[in-house]
Amino acid sequence: MWTALWNRLAHPGHFLRWSGAALPWLAATSAVLVAVGLYLTFFVVPPDYQQGDTVRIMYVHVPAAILGMGFYGAMTLSAIGTLVWRHPLADVSQRAAAPIGAAFTLICLVTGSLWGKPMWGTYWVWDARLTSMLVLFLIYCGIIALWRTIEDPSRAARAVSILTLVGAVNLPIIKFSVNWWSTLHQPASILRMGGSSIDSSMLYPLLEMVLAMTLLGVTLHLQAMRTEITRRRVRTLLIRQAERLDAGAQEIAPVTRGAAPLPMGQAI
Amino acid sequence: MEFGHYASFIAGSYGFAALVLGALILNGWRDGRAQRRLLAELQDDRLGRP
Repeated sequence: MWTALWNRLAHPGHFLRWSGAALPWLAATSAVLVAVGLYLTFFVVPPDYQQGDTVRIMYVHVPAAILGMGFYGAMTLSAIGTLVWRHPLADVSQRAAAPIGAAFTLICLVTGSLWGKPMWGTYWVWDARLTSMLVLFLIYCGIIALWRTIEDPSRAARAVSILTLVGAVNLPIIKFSVNWWSTLHQPASILRMGGSSIDSSMLYPLLEMVLAMTLLGVTLHLQAMRTEITRRRVRTLLIRQAERLDAGAQEIAPVTRGAAPLPMGQAI
Repeated sequence: MEFGHYASFIAGSYGFAALVLGALILNGWRDGRAQRRLLAELQDDRLGRP
């Protein structure tokens, strides 16, 4: 039953129908949640006893980091879907996710850097967590470049899937870098053994922002997938149009071939 | 909202995030609209509509 439901939802035609109906609701809900999250961040959350007001940067930095990694995780699953099952929506999903994941990773890097200057005294250190996050951003850039280099979408999808799977090794490195190496970046404070180390007055607004940004990311992803499906339909129609024009030219060609060749040097 | 000498770092973070996400939303919307228009034109050509 689940397989049948999944196949039905993932069929491009069905996908366009249900995503078209869901998008306005998702966009409105994510806008409301982002507005509530920003209100909590700036008016409800108390300053941290050590970080002061710079703790407010965490309310955009942490969700961006989670989504930067989350989108790459989703792309890895899509890569498996492309290579193993050759699912028509898998590479569409992968292609649509790359720029969104790259944008969230970039936000994470820049906001982390802006937090680091007043707290660590520097914008950047070659710390394991920071460096592995930068590597993730560079992998995203490589994937986007590869998509643009190969014109045929199915060939591009296979090449990108292999690169995505190779790059997935970076995800556990990012997650556990703060445990494996002695880093300037603080260890995990939300998902850790023994529960979160953040006070509830700061934790719940942070979780609200994570939810809001996740919903925004999902909305952008669905919209980008719809555009990608339309782009592929346009490409198919353009190829058919070119084939029709080519066939028409071939029908005319025997007449010109049968005509007497023009003598050299004569004006046409 | 008084963030003292941290204000520029906080404003810079949220400003940059707003800029990137705004660009992502705008680009997605414009790209979607352009592809839909192109598809409609091609389908009209195929069906021989003016």
